[in-house]
Amino acid sequence: MDTNNIKHEVIESLKTARTAGDIEEIRIREMGKNGRISGLLKSLGELPPEERKTAGKQYNILKTEVEKAIEEHAAAIRLEARNAEILRNKVDISLPVTAGAASRGRIHPLSEVGDELLAIFASMGFGVEQGPDIESEYYNFEALNIADSHPARDMHDTFYLPGNKGLLRTHTSPVQIRAMERLEPPFRFVAPGRTYRRDSDQTHTPMFHQVEGMAVGPDIHLGHLKWTLQHFLETFFETEVELRFRPSYFPFTEPSLEVDVRCERVEGEIRIGTGTDWLEVLGCGMVHPKVLGNCGINPDTFQGFAFGAGIDRLAMLKYGIPDLRSFFDGDVRWIQHYGFVPLHAPTLEGGLAP
Amino acid sequence: MKFTRSWLDDHLDTDVDDNALAEHLTRLGLEIEGLHDNARELRAFTVARVIEAEPHPNADSLKLCRVQTGEGEVQIVCGAPNARAGMRGVFAPPGTVIPATGKTLAPATIRGIESNGMLCSEFELGLSDDHDAIIEIDEDAPPGKSYAEVAGLDDTLFHINLTPNRPDCLGVRGIARDLAAAEIGKLKPDSIKAPKASFDCPVDIELEFPKEHASACSLFVARYVRGVVNRASPPWLRRRLIAIGLRPIDALVDTTNYIAFDRARPLHVYDADKLAGSVRARLGRKGERFDALDGKNYEVDEDMCVIADDNGVLGLGGIIGGESSAIDANSTNVLIESAYFDPARIHRTGRRLAIASDARHRFERGVDPAFASAGCDLGANMILSLCGGEASASTQAGRAAPAPVPVTLPRGECKRITGREYSRGKIVKTLAALGFDVKKEEGENEDIVATPPSHRVDVHAREDLVEEVLRIDGVDNIETTPLPQQDSPRPVLTQQQRRLRLIRRALSERGMMEAVLWSFVDAEDAARFQESGSESLPLANPISSAMSTMRPGLLPGLARAVQRNLDRGADNIALFETGFGYLGIEAEAQRFCVAGVRCGLVGGGGHGRHWRENASAADVFDAKADAWSVLQSLGAPMEKLRCEADAPSWYHPGRSGVLSLNPKHQLARFGELHPALLEEMGLSAVVTAFEVFVDLLPSMSRKRGALKSSDLPLVRRDFAFVVEQDVRAQDLLRAVQALDKDIIAVAAIDNVRLFDVFTGGELKDTQKSLAIEVVFRPKERTLRDEEIKTLCDKVVAAAGASVGGVLRGV
Repeated sequence: MDTNNIKHEVIESLKTARTAGDIEEIRIREMGKNGRISGLLKSLGELPPEERKTAGKQYNILKTEVEKAIEEHAAAIRLEARNAEILRNKVDISLPVTAGAASRGRIHPLSEVGDELLAIFASMGFGVEQGPDIESEYYNFEALNIADSHPARDMHDTFYLPGNKGLLRTHTSPVQIRAMERLEPPFRFVAPGRTYRRDSDQTHTPMFHQVEGMAVGPDIHLGHLKWTLQHFLETFFETEVELRFRPSYFPFTEPSLEVDVRCERVEGEIRIGTGTDWLEVLGCGMVHPKVLGNCGINPDTFQGFAFGAGIDRLAMLKYGIPDLRSFFDGDVRWIQHYGFVPLHAPTLEGGLAP
Repeated sequence: MKFTRSWLDDHLDTDVDDNALAEHLTRLGLEIEGLHDNARELRAFTVARVIEAEPHPNADSLKLCRVQTGEGEVQIVCGAPNARAGMRGVFAPPGTVIPATGKTLAPATIRGIESNGMLCSEFELGLSDDHDAIIEIDEDAPPGKSYAEVAGLDDTLFHINLTPNRPDCLGVRGIARDLAAAEIGKLKPDSIKAPKASFDCPVDIELEFPKEHASACSLFVARYVRGVVNRASPPWLRRRLIAIGLRPIDALVDTTNYIAFDRARPLHVYDADKLAGSVRARLGRKGERFDALDGKNYEVDEDMCVIADDNGVLGLGGIIGGESSAIDANSTNVLIESAYFDPARIHRTGRRLAIASDARHRFERGVDPAFASAGCDLGANMILSLCGGEASASTQAGRAAPAPVPVTLPRGECKRITGREYSRGKIVKTLAALGFDVKKEEGENEDIVATPPSHRVDVHAREDLVEEVLRIDGVDNIETTPLPQQDSPRPVLTQQQRRLRLIRRALSERGMMEAVLWSFVDAEDAARFQESGSESLPLANPISSAMSTMRPGLLPGLARAVQRNLDRGADNIALFETGFGYLGIEAEAQRFCVAGVRCGLVGGGGHGRHWRENASAADVFDAKADAWSVLQSLGAPMEKLRCEADAPSWYHPGRSGVLSLNPKHQLARFGELHPALLEEMGLSAVVTAFEVFVDLLPSMSRKRGALKSSDLPLVRRDFAFVVEQDVRAQDLLRAVQALDKDIIAVAAIDNVRLFDVFTGGELKDTQKSLAIEVVFRPKERTLRDEEIKTLCDKVVAAAGASVGGVLRGV
């Protein structure tokens, strides 16, 4: 048989081969021990020497070409099979995934705002002080120059424990006293914490949160207080704010001031920084000499300021949260909506709000 | 404190407009709470003339009126009995907002007849309670003219939120005085002349107090006025009282109310013909009662200051008068009382009897003791002019309080406190304008000595004077001054606060949501979670039973929050809180806690049902992992933690535990809540919980030591040990880990990990298989096979010795 015919025949049969097995079958048929091309090569020895040389050359060319054809075809089939396999591994990439538990967790707005406040005041050199929620009349009232007949001391406004054993602090100001008893001036600190008043309606809850601030030194004056609050509120609200300082009255400061921010009320929402309205945000003043004296600080050589603000209220204003009562309900829908994701941490350099 | 612009104009000469005046008041510390422009609010109400009033064809009580308004004729259906042809009334067209109801008037068809507007009563305009008769206007007012203008109601109402230290501003004149001091206007001169005395006061006034209680009523001034005719007050007086929310009664009563608001001087007027014997101020006596003018009967006690006559208690001095000597329409002879009562006693009495009156409000804050006599004269003059009659000479018992003590203001004090330099002249001028008596001729650097006026009962010390100077000069004039910069920034958070931040992030990254819950809970809930040996802390005056007791820990509130969320249909709940539990009243008994609860499909990944994995309900191990993550986030030495089944009664006894570093301090607890407790609380689902007491964890060293690692290949071997069911995995793991200490010199134990717990199969019911992976780290060179075998033998021996473990399948 003509080697060309054999080659042609092999190539034709390869065309119908679909699997690796089909190809192996062809290979064995042609190149196997008893295959046709192997037989041709074996038969060379029987040829006369003058033909052998030519035939050997032809047969070897045939063998190489067939081997090559088989290998090429096998590779094509392997590729096809792998491609088919790859396609079989196709998935519905539209199936939903989850970012894991962290995407569900939330930090309460009060914690966020508390952290923001600490970041701001730490940058102004204020430390942090704390005091107990269950206080004595002395720390909550007397030491703060709040007279026995002051309406705040009524059972009506203050929660008491039975038998005059204590009361729930009505403000964070007792921490002023506790801190001043311990610290040597000059000092600055803030004191965030829970506070309680016997009050419950749309805008008051029997428990709320305050942050107290205090700076005492040889020459801390009202100008410093104004600067501190301006700086604090602008940093907190992350916008320019216009403040209005109004003379007011607190027994533990003199002069006493209340601070309003310029705002605008638009469809129940309060916008800070613009408008023609004013909104009260905190109370402050120069520490009353009697209060300094009550803590063993000489009011002739040291003076200072103090202020107090509602954390819940600041949170409501900054983050547009409408209802105070919902802060304390533990409603997962509310926390999901108004809470903060775990990876966010407020910093001054990175911006406080996420 | 409320007043109108025209009222203020009686005392202050100013051309500043209402809005600017309001802003000035606020900046003086007299905070404007509301500014009410009546003219604007009543703009839509105009004069109208009734042309014709015919009976309504379909209703006997209604009239059909043809009305001439400023805009032409309209037809109105009206039910007022006084609607009649020729009268002039107040017309409101459709679209008007009615002040009393806040509703917008719409055209209506009443019993088949169209009605295009309304003829108004005083009630609808918010002027009085009279809603039967419509308002009638003087004949000459032209239709279309503003009613507010015709009636003199175009007067702005100011509402001041007055601080308790300024009782002098509970009278309009006090407010005018502050404005004048701030140069917003000029205070009009005030000259109260004593009335002509036609006779001696026929009623004796006595103060009958034991010496130690003489302060209860230190001064009682009185005048008798005879032959008065009590009648309705004139319109100007009625309008002013109505504007500030008082109901006009009659000229005598209105006079006392007017002077209380004009001068912050409460007076009382008795019908002298109803008095028996002398009028005396004394302490109450046990069992005495009286009918007060508020229609209630009060029992007095021995701490209260009463005014009495021969027949007993007439009223409570400075708080409320009594029915027995009350003014009525026929009163012809009256006694005016102008007294001074002790603020503290007034406060106690008013609080005890829960009487809130304008007199109490003023006396407990402090009225001007030196104005008692002038106030009495003012009252007598007003009665004489409104009701006629003739006044007696004044009589008096006791004496006015001693003059106020001078206060020294060191020259530099204002600057020291405010940072602003005020000239001596400025300070002197300000104080003088406020009525202080200041010596003017001293040198610029001399201290200032100022005697407060008697009406400024709030001024006692130098800081009070600083405040006056600051207030009148304006807080806006204080320049902001940056705080002195401190040295390089330093950390300010307490350890507890630093830990708190880590904990919040650790738990929220585990899918938990942070709640902030009440510090007080239901008493029974508190009892369910009461720590042994701690004190229950009920409140003496709780706001509700659900908030009656201080929480001993955070779980009662969290369990209730789970319940509320379940009730709202939430199906996977994971909540945590950080805060205090209250175990006693001392500061140290306030315990810082972290706690969390899970309920529903929030096990494992915490994302509920998902196609990639089976959703698992939260169980004890989720709670353990929560507690674990808290401690790990704080850098606790986790390998040293012991886990014991010793949790308190609110946990499931078989599915809960305690984590501790030493037996004394339970650092954390975790588990499923006790099924019986859940049932009692009305919770039908499994709720897991954990509590961590972070403050018990000692401070952690920040040093980490050197890294121990090698590039030699690690050797990993798995072992499965068959043990008895009650063997604790922790004991096996610790025993193997402990080999690290005495294992052969060539290797260390890098890690021991439990990767399977198996029961069933060929194992007995009492057995389980614990499979662990042990990773050996060669110390110097690659381990030889026989060395590895020695290591494995040691592991097997340790398992056998510690928990009786036998290699499975051997």
